[in-house]
Amino acid sequence: MNDRKLLPKLVGALAVAAAGFALSAQADINVGVTLSATGPAASLGIPEKNTIELLPTTIGGQKINWIVLDDGSDTTKAVTNTKKLISEDKVDVIVGSTITPNSLAMIDVVAEAETPMISMAASARIVDPANPKTKWVFKTPQNDALMADAIAVHMKATGVKTMGYIGFNDAYGEGWLGEMKRSAQTAGIKIVAEEKYNRNDASVTGQVLKIVAANPDAVLIGAAGTPGATPQKELVARNYKGKIYQTHGVGNNDFLRVVGKDGNGTILPIGPMLVYEQLPDSNPLKKSAAEYIGKYEAKYGKGSRSTFGGHAWDSYMLLSVAIPEALKKANPGTKEFRAALRDALENVKELVASHGVYTMSPTEHNGLDNRARTMVKIDNGKWVLAK
Amino acid sequence: MDLQIFALLTQDGITNGAVYALLALALVLVFTVTRVIWIPSGEFVAYGTLTLAGLQLGKPPGTVGLLVGMAVVASAMEVVACARRGEPERIPRQIALWAGIPIATAGLAWWLATPSLPFWAQILVTLALVTAMGPLLYRIAYQPLAEASVLVLLIVSVAVHLTLTGLGLWFFGAEGSRTPAFASGSFDLGGVNISIQSLLVVGTSVAMIAALYFFFGRTLYGKALRATALNRVGARLVGIAPNLAGSLTFALATLLCAFSGVLIGPFTTIYYDSGFLVSLKGFVGAIIGGLVSYPLAAAGALLVGLIEAFASYWASGFKEVIVFTLIIPVLLWRSLTTHQHEEEE
Repeated sequence: MNDRKLLPKLVGALAVAAAGFALSAQADINVGVTLSATGPAASLGIPEKNTIELLPTTIGGQKINWIVLDDGSDTTKAVTNTKKLISEDKVDVIVGSTITPNSLAMIDVVAEAETPMISMAASARIVDPANPKTKWVFKTPQNDALMADAIAVHMKATGVKTMGYIGFNDAYGEGWLGEMKRSAQTAGIKIVAEEKYNRNDASVTGQVLKIVAANPDAVLIGAAGTPGATPQKELVARNYKGKIYQTHGVGNNDFLRVVGKDGNGTILPIGPMLVYEQLPDSNPLKKSAAEYIGKYEAKYGKGSRSTFGGHAWDSYMLLSVAIPEALKKANPGTKEFRAALRDALENVKELVASHGVYTMSPTEHNGLDNRARTMVKIDNGKWVLAK
Repeated sequence: MDLQIFALLTQDGITNGAVYALLALALVLVFTVTRVIWIPSGEFVAYGTLTLAGLQLGKPPGTVGLLVGMAVVASAMEVVACARRGEPERIPRQIALWAGIPIATAGLAWWLATPSLPFWAQILVTLALVTAMGPLLYRIAYQPLAEASVLVLLIVSVAVHLTLTGLGLWFFGAEGSRTPAFASGSFDLGGVNISIQSLLVVGTSVAMIAALYFFFGRTLYGKALRATALNRVGARLVGIAPNLAGSLTFALATLLCAFSGVLIGPFTTIYYDSGFLVSLKGFVGAIIGGLVSYPLAAAGALLVGLIEAFASYWASGFKEVIVFTLIIPVLLWRSLTTHQHEEEE
């Protein structure tokens, strides 16, 4: 074959391919996901990634492309991923990231590109209504404040007057300490010891001795995942007799495995999905949580549920009602579609998802209320709904 | 602070210090023989704990797959090296050595990994699995560059550290594990509660330190290893195989690290990436010993453990800052008191 014949054929093939690409790009909705599947937050990011793999590939008759990137729990990488998803993959919406620092850093990028973003991180600052940029930002997990209030209410009801705090020496631990100070003050509980530790510490004996010396009625451990077991085991080893509270950061079965029998009696606030089997049938969350966990455990094994995966599922739930609304107004891949999607997300009302019931408004981009929390107790290696 | 708290903190500090001391020894050992600053030592601590925790669950741990993978790579490299040198007749022997032994170890661990395996046997299997990785790592990453400068070897170490951390996440998952204590129970000594577990940790560390000190100071073979460190060409001329020395050093060092992992497992939750911080503390100890002296490195590591324990009581938020700031006065003191012999490059 000579070159003169080859060239037109090549051009023709390219034109067909380009036309096909343009057609499919117009028809599909691209959802960009950046999450922390490696690095320190991997135990949160991995169930989220697993959940994304379960999601359907059509919403409202439109094909959805889930484009998943890993940001390695690193803020810079999360921003780079966001920029790449917006400029190269032309996504219509961003889901992520897993942790608060990453999500905060991504806000500027999505606001500038006028692309809606649904974060899976906990801090209320991500959707702070005072900031005009957060107009584009939504988030699915419960605010720390909602959970801290639940702990303070429970403490007050059980006669706790003084409490100690030991938490991560990072944004998570600091955030919880801040919220807990506010909630405790409202409930008239005094914080008599504040200690910090790191996830990789070889020992927390020093901190725990100091707390035990202050002898509070209860201790709150502000940690996420299995590292929360380290101070708890040390408190038990030092014969601490008061109540031990954990945060909703420890809501998976790996925590139960690591803490073992020293976890007995621990109380924590959590999304009801973790114990959906024990909810009364009248609770609307029972059915929606069962749907998600049923799918998840069918693929990843019994007992593999984690509340973090639920945040990814709830992002999908929000999109599943918002996308059909936005499709009525504009075509995917356009600026108008992204704006319509944002408006539709803000108008979500009484959406029953896995963690709670979402009702958004211009000043409320989290949308969860008291129905998204419940107190559970650890009893012989099981999560049990507390009274 | 009363006497009771002081005693508990001291005990905690000495126990952790003893674990750091083992790491400091591994670092000094590797550095003196191969001139490698062995940053990935911490990964083997984590592998040790996580392997033992995996065996506790009665399942073959992730290390089995990792070991087989490393054995395949190392033996492939060895085959290529033999073919290049024009010695194809040596290939079967090299395959048996580099692939046969590790894969047999992995297979044995796979076969033994049942819930009925007694605890002491689990520890032995753990040590065997992790130790087998040492020579393989040396063969894959360091032996081809054995003549390179300390700086190049340091950069290789950083790369190996990052790779092994990633592999750790792949093979063990993101969640941490703990292992049960060797011995429960405690006794009173003058009103101070001393746990038997702590005594065991300290006792094992002291025994290891004494053994190494004797090995390098008094035996011909230890002296041969030291000679290799000083001058590879010279050592070769007098009949010491430098590659063999390197492999054996790495085996010994990974054994020390895996042992630290087994010792530290009952005290704290270990993650795939926990090892780095632990090894950094061992490194501070090793620096105090100037990266050459075993007893000084061990004493330095003990000091790190004690400072850490008391810092976590007084100012838990600044604990790491306090521990790592310690290295500055030590470096100053060392640079003022020792006469530098420039390394010939």
